[in-house]
Amino acid sequence: MSYGFLTAMIIAGTPLLFATLGELITEKAGNLNLGVEGMMLIGAVAGFGAGMATSSPFMAILGAGVAGAMAAFVYGFLTISLRANQVVSGLSLTIFGTGLSSYLGTNYIGQRMPAEIISAFEPLRIPILSKIPVIGQALFSQDIYVYFGLFCAVLTGVYLYKTRFGLNLRAVGENPSSADAAGLNVTLYKYIHILIGGAFAGIGGAYLSVVDVPTWQDNITAGRGWIAIALVIFARWNPFKAIFGAVLFGGLSIIGFRLQHLNISQSLLNMLPYLVTIIVLTASSAKKSKLNAPPKGLSVPYFREER
Amino acid sequence: MRMIKRAGITPKQSALIKVYAVLSALIVSAFFIFLLGHNPVDVYVSMAKGAFGSAYRIKDTITISIPLIVTSMGIMIAFKMKFWNIGAEGQILTGALFASYVALNFSTLPKPLLLFLMMVAGFVGGGLWAMIPAILKVKFDTNETIVTLMMNYIALQWITYLQYGPWKDPDSMGFPKIANFADNAIMPKIFGVHVGWIFVLLLVAFMTFVMKSTKQGYQIAVVGESKDTARYSGINVSKVIVISIIVSGGICGIAGMMQASAVNQTLNTQLSAGYGYTAIITAWLSGLNPILIVPVSVLFAAMTKGGSFIQTAFQIPQSAAEIIQSLILFFVIGSEFFIQYKLVFNNRKHNKEDAA
Repeated sequence: MSYGFLTAMIIAGTPLLFATLGELITEKAGNLNLGVEGMMLIGAVAGFGAGMATSSPFMAILGAGVAGAMAAFVYGFLTISLRANQVVSGLSLTIFGTGLSSYLGTNYIGQRMPAEIISAFEPLRIPILSKIPVIGQALFSQDIYVYFGLFCAVLTGVYLYKTRFGLNLRAVGENPSSADAAGLNVTLYKYIHILIGGAFAGIGGAYLSVVDVPTWQDNITAGRGWIAIALVIFARWNPFKAIFGAVLFGGLSIIGFRLQHLNISQSLLNMLPYLVTIIVLTASSAKKSKLNAPPKGLSVPYFREER
Repeated sequence: MRMIKRAGITPKQSALIKVYAVLSALIVSAFFIFLLGHNPVDVYVSMAKGAFGSAYRIKDTITISIPLIVTSMGIMIAFKMKFWNIGAEGQILTGALFASYVALNFSTLPKPLLLFLMMVAGFVGGGLWAMIPAILKVKFDTNETIVTLMMNYIALQWITYLQYGPWKDPDSMGFPKIANFADNAIMPKIFGVHVGWIFVLLLVAFMTFVMKSTKQGYQIAVVGESKDTARYSGINVSKVIVISIIVSGGICGIAGMMQASAVNQTLNTQLSAGYGYTAIITAWLSGLNPILIVPVSVLFAAMTKGGSFIQTAFQIPQSAAEIIQSLILFFVIGSEFFIQYKLVFNNRKHNKEDAA
């Protein structure tokens, strides 16, 4: 083991964290977007393409975010403006994203990120702190993308719970008619946060293609988008809890690789993250409380004239 | 400009709106093909030729339609109840797995009996796989979309495990594959296409009958419209959900059995070939109508077959067909708005009408 398991867990949890945050923000606006997997894939291929074209780490992340937001716009337009079924629209976005990323990625298969980008995402050793035994390396010697993820999680938490816009957003998700009556622009709130959600999903996908792997593979996300949707429920719509959820599931996704020497079939170990997702999801849906409930208006379409 | 709810719409108008949606999707796709530097008309024509241009290609297209129709039929049942089963891919694989167990272990049975047992096994496999999320849904209100999808990955890994481990063919000289089926376990062909097509015709007739004229079909429709109404009218909602989802998964499992037996002639992870996902599109596009599933699935099979043809002819990747398919889906979903509402341009004339 070149580096500790905790370090690897956090790395593997980073794409999950971004995607979970994105879906969390979307759901806070009252929309269930099942297109996370598709938006992650679109972000992954866009980030990879932008990285290849510009050799700029910043452009790679930006490209992924913009592409993810554009994909989310399709979902937003269908569900908000055209009032389409949220489940079907989200599923279609996943199918579309899978096809589009595979199409755009055809020429990238097997290619590697330019050296400038790989070196930009080398672990950043924070002096002194990174020397702390056990947790020092895991927490203070990560690449900048990982820190960016943690920063986004904290930022989302502050935004949701400490700002007026966050309060308004929660009102839109809980009870859109009251929010509308209070003078909030429900449609605009929904659009903006669905786009932000898509951008996060795209950036999460790009962590895989730009930093973690960093060569292009078809279907590089391998179901992480779906795990992220489950993580939102697991984290009880709380961005701080999402950090722990993402790291935990990041750990599960690499455990097969880590336990190779134990002579247990790799395929059986690969089932773990999916199996645990089902178990955790079942446990968290069985345990219902008012404090940790989903937004009341989640996946209920809001039509002003049908108030 | 504003929108008003339509008072009513004839089925003909609504069908016309959907046809326009499909055409719009094809026009948008044509624009992208043009951007790629190809002539869209040439590409579409050669796609059609690739799918229907010769007897051999038509047979191929039908062979692709078979699992698509069967799987769409399974998904249709679940979607009618608004149970978002996106686990058809896994149900196909487990159905194939159960059928393969029979095929590999009882290959000495007479062919008709063996194939029948394989089909039963396929139904049981797919049904059991779908039963798990259904029970979790009714007992704990667990989100079925995520569970069914997670189970796709578990099924995939399980078959990989068997392929590399206990079921590895000892005669394959170390190559990790499961043994080919004996001749008895391979479905015969009629008119050049495996007998699955006859099963498809029977299934379409049967499902149309069940959905339209039986108590069970009616119960499924009521549960889909409103669980409260269903409960109030004395329907055991949980029971209806679990049983219908077992049938839904079981039908997908039969699709897996047919793929394993007739197409791949062994069990491997590629046999589901994404049919489980494409069938979500075809089931929805057909408006969850068992008869319409057939033409929609044939169209999508043609796009898949034609898509692989243009790959060689124009070097356009196969995934282009997937993109066109999902664009059609986007447009049709979006078009449903125009079935319920119409846009009115705010000029005086209309305002007067409203006032009157």
